[in-house]
Parts: sequence; C-alpha cells; structure tokens
Amino acid sequence: MSTPTDFLLWVRGPGFDIALVIFVIGVIIRLLEVLVLGRKADLAEARGTEMGPGIRTLFTRTLPESGSMKRSPFTVAGGYIWHIGFLVCLFLFVPHIELFNSTIGIKWPGLPSNLIDAVSAVTLVTLLAMLFSRLNHPVKRFLSGPEDYLTWLVTFLPMLTGYLAFHRMINPYPLVLGLHILSVEVLLVVFPFTKLMHAFTFVFARWYNGAMAGRRGVQS
Amino acid sequence: MSGATLERGMNAFREQMNAPVASFFSSCVNCGMCAEACLFYTETGDPKYTPINKLEPFRRVWEQEYTLFGKIKSMLGLTQPVTDELLAEWEELIYDGCTLCGRCSMVCPVGNDISYMIRRAREGFVAAGYAPDGIKNASRRAVTIGSPMGVKYPALQAQIKHVEADTGLQIPVDVEGVDYMALLSSMEIMNFPEYMEALARIFKQAGVSWTISSEAFEATNSGIQIGSSDIARELVSRVVNAAEKLKVKYVISPECGHAYTAIRWEGPNLIGRPYNFKVVHILELLDELRATGRIKTEGKEEDRMTFHDPCQIVRKGGVLESPRNLLNMVASNFVEMQDHREMNWCCGGGGGVSAIERAEELRLKVFKRKTSQLDDLNVETLVTACANCRLVMEEGLEEYKLEIPVVGLTEMIAEHLVEDKE
Repeated sequence: MSTPTDFLLWVRGPGFDIALVIFVIGVIIRLLEVLVLGRKADLAEARGTEMGPGIRTLFTRTLPESGSMKRSPFTVAGGYIWHIGFLVCLFLFVPHIELFNSTIGIKWPGLPSNLIDAVSAVTLVTLLAMLFSRLNHPVKRFLSGPEDYLTWLVTFLPMLTGYLAFHRMINPYPLVLGLHILSVEVLLVVFPFTKLMHAFTFVFARWYNGAMAGRRGVQS
Repeated sequence: MSGATLERGMNAFREQMNAPVASFFSSCVNCGMCAEACLFYTETGDPKYTPINKLEPFRRVWEQEYTLFGKIKSMLGLTQPVTDELLAEWEELIYDGCTLCGRCSMVCPVGNDISYMIRRAREGFVAAGYAPDGIKNASRRAVTIGSPMGVKYPALQAQIKHVEADTGLQIPVDVEGVDYMALLSSMEIMNFPEYMEALARIFKQAGVSWTISSEAFEATNSGIQIGSSDIARELVSRVVNAAEKLKVKYVISPECGHAYTAIRWEGPNLIGRPYNFKVVHILELLDELRATGRIKTEGKEEDRMTFHDPCQIVRKGGVLESPRNLLNMVASNFVEMQDHREMNWCCGGGGGVSAIERAEELRLKVFKRKTSQLDDLNVETLVTACANCRLVMEEGLEEYKLEIPVVGLTEMIAEHLVEDKE
C-alpha cells in the first residue's frame, strides 16, 4: 500500500469485502438478537387487529405528529433533509448505481451529477447543523453520549469525502476516492454495533407500537 | 416488597425483556422528540424528564446482556453497570416523573412505545426495593385491606345505605346470575358517591340486571402502578373470582383510568388465562344503552364544556367515541381541547403519581399544561370519566385559582335521564 493507487485497490477489493461481511453478519446477528426474544401471546380479548394497524403505523410515523412539528421543527425538518439527501446521494448518483449494478446486477436511472452535487452540499450543511443542535439543544445534549457523536461522524465522513472526491479537492484522485470508499467501509463496520441499526429495527419498533395499540382499538 | 434486592431487580428486568423492548432500544437515536410530548419536560424544562432517559437502567440491562457488542463491551469494562445508586437516582424519574400516560409513544419517529417499557421497567425497580413510599403503602393497603385508600366493605355499605335513602332504589349486592358486576374505585366510594347513584338510576331505567360484590368491589389496582405483577395478579384475581362466583356475563370497569387497564388489558395476562366474562368500561356500556334506545335523556347542559380524555381509557384503552357520543347527547356547547382523544395531555396524576406524597409539588407544577389547554377554550365546565383525573384536576384548578367545576360523565348522563315514574 505504498502508493495512492495501491491504497485505492485495497479499499476497493479486500477492504470492501471485509467491511461488507462484517456489516451483513453483524446486521443479521442484531436482528436475530431482537427477534429471538419474542413476546408472550396477549390473552386479553382484542378490540381491534394487530397486523393492519401495525403496518399503518410503519408508514404513518414517517410523518410527524402535528404537535411535534410545532415543538421540534428543526429536528423534524433537519431529519427529513439529511435522511433524504443521504439516500439520494447513495442511490441516485450514477457511479454508485454502476457499482450496485456490478455487484448485484440491478440498475436504475440516476440523477444528473450537478443535482447530486447540490443535494450533497445541502446534506452536509444539514448534518453540521444537526451536530450543532445536538451540542446545544438542552435535551439532545443531555441525552447524547460518545455513540451519538460516533454515529454522526461515520455518517458525515462518507458525505464529506464523496463531496471532496467529486470536486477533486484532494490530490491525487485515487487517494481521495480511496478515502471515500474507506469512510463507507467504516460506516459499514460501525453500523451493526451502534444505533445506526435503527435503519432496520425501526420497522419492528413501529410495527409493534402500531400493533399493540391497534389491538386496543387505537391507531398509534 | 420485602426482601427486595438488586439481584431480584435485575431478574425482574430480565423477565420483562422481549422483542418489542429490544427493537425499541435498538431504534432510539436520542432525537429528543419524546421530551416535547411529555408534560414533565414541557412544564419543567428539565431534560432529565425526557421519557427515554427514564429508562436508562432498563436500557443498560438490554445493552449489556442482550446484545453481542454490549456483552463484549461489558467484558472489557467499557459499560456502566446497573447499581443500587443508579436505581435510587432514577426512582424519582420513573415514578414521580411519569404517569404512564403514553403520549411519548404516539410521537416517537422510530415508533418506540416508551410507556410500555416504563411499565415493564417498574417491575425491576420495585423488585430491587426502589419504589416511592406512597405507592408502596397504597399497594400494601390494597393487598391487606382490599383498597389502596383503606376502604373496607362496611364503608361501602354505609354509602350504599345513603344512596338507597336518597334515591329510593335498591343497590344489589352479591346477587348471583345477573348480567353485570359493577366495580368501584375507592375514590368513587368516598369522594364521588354520585357515581353509584347514577348507576342505580340508569340501570333501573334501562332494565340492566347488575350487582356489586361485597368481596371484590375495588377496581383500582396499585400493583399496575407500582409495577408489581405479583400484587397486580392478586388484586385482579379477587375480581375474577368474585365475577365467576356470581356467574356474571360482564364486569363493568368504573370511571377510573388505570383500573380499566388493569382489569381489561393486563388482567388475563396476569392470571394466565382469558376470563369467562367480558369487561366493559362504563362509558362503553352507557353508549350501547344510548345506541339501542334503552336510555333516553332530556334537556341539555348549556354551559360551554370540554372533555378531559383519561389516558388509560382513551389513548391506552381505545374508548374514543363513547364519551363524545354521550356528551353530545346531553351537552349543547361541547368543545374539544386542541390536543384531544389519543393526543390529550395527562392530568399529571396518573400511573400512581397522585399516591406519591413527595411528588405533589411536581404534579401541581405540570398541571400547568392542563390549565394552558383550558385557557385556550374558556370553558365553564370540565367533564371527565376518571375519579383520579377528577381529583387531581380539582386540586390543580384550585392551585391555579381557576373556578371550573369538574364533573363525571356518568353522573351527567344520570342527571338528564328520562325516568319512568312508578
């Protein structure tokens, strides 16, 4: 790994494979850890059903309850912007789509790169604003521990290095591209062991919430 | 509560761990939005009352014992264990600072049912010996005397005599084979006997066959509030045994929030089997009598009035439409609070909080949320359907010098009841 090109080759090859294996196995373990715990059958006579309200809550919680919108507008708006921005950059940037195509053989149309560029700039600024809010909002600052800042960092770095690579702001190019891929690998490795797992477990959480309320005849 | 140790507490926490709890803890990203849904945070501004923070001890048990990475971190000494000191510090947050109202569970963006976890976490606290004296004593009285307020059957008998004298109606006691067995809360017996009078008149008119059991008239369940399944099971069993002995088809949960949660939703799970009878909330029954034309009312209240949704009956109980249907029957100027139905704000005294003497100052402080809701409406009467909410709100309104009478919905229906003259 003496040259930037060697570094790039490593992160694209063995580095990526290692990260992906840790990510996939880690996520599977984490999901099993949750599901094997199960839950006891509820013996109280149901007023409503579980499945429908559970699925409904899975979707409706994507929209904020009106009081939360009023009381936490920044958290709600910032949360939307950066999550959507991150997903747009990840899935709709043409070189990323080519990478997905070469690994899993599926492709879809992307967005023009100047649009992705604008989205990534907005996402980066929003992520910085979210960090600022976490450091300053009394509740978020109170709740936050090292893991909250670590997960912020490993989410921010792929966006930042991607932006730097796209604009070739670090030379040589293989170095910055290598750093971008490495940052994604760090994200993949950290993912299963931290609260980044919410990206998967929120499906269970919302469903259980909606189902348990639905059983009592309430749409949660 | 005797022999409570940290080890017992830890075992109780472990017994409460399940897939919903694990998925909730796995999903929390500390966004802090639950704080804004909790009156203990909004009215104090103290971030320690953020709902998810109240679960820190339970979260540690989950992380350290139910996740691979948490186990590794524990082995390396990178986690902080659950200690007596931790539980002692958190006792105030999880009991005094939470009414189990469940409003936070409605707003969490990842869908965490936080109040569901608080209810479960209290099992660990009480097993480890960290529960407030107020609820401990109420639970002790409930188990030994039969009522958290120490009300024994002779006291009920005396109230029954008063009601019988006032109404000229007989209150049936221990009658076998009737359709309904009515439960009462101690507060209804001692503070609001109007409720029993209302039942007698409405049931007479509607031709409902009913009884009260002298062995199990108490509906409230301190075990649910303190978080002890053992106590809760004992108290529910008394009701189940009495109902099965009297061979009734239905048990009526009174105007009391957590009593409904106890007998309707937790009861069968506590005793480990479904009941041989159904449980209805009094408002559900009255609404059914209204819908089938078995009761009729005359005249309407003209005061501007609103309805306070008791958390356990509405948000966590699913009795959403009945109170509206009934109110519209007897009120011409009924207005909803801005946040109502499943998004209503708690009175601040549920989940056992009103039984904790040391929590009084905090409880009155957070009642500000209710006064703000009322300020927006300019109402003359506040209607509710929970004796605990009612008492807590009467105290709160007095504290804030608001002269708004609080009325029980069942009594209001009885006041307008069309009765056949005999």
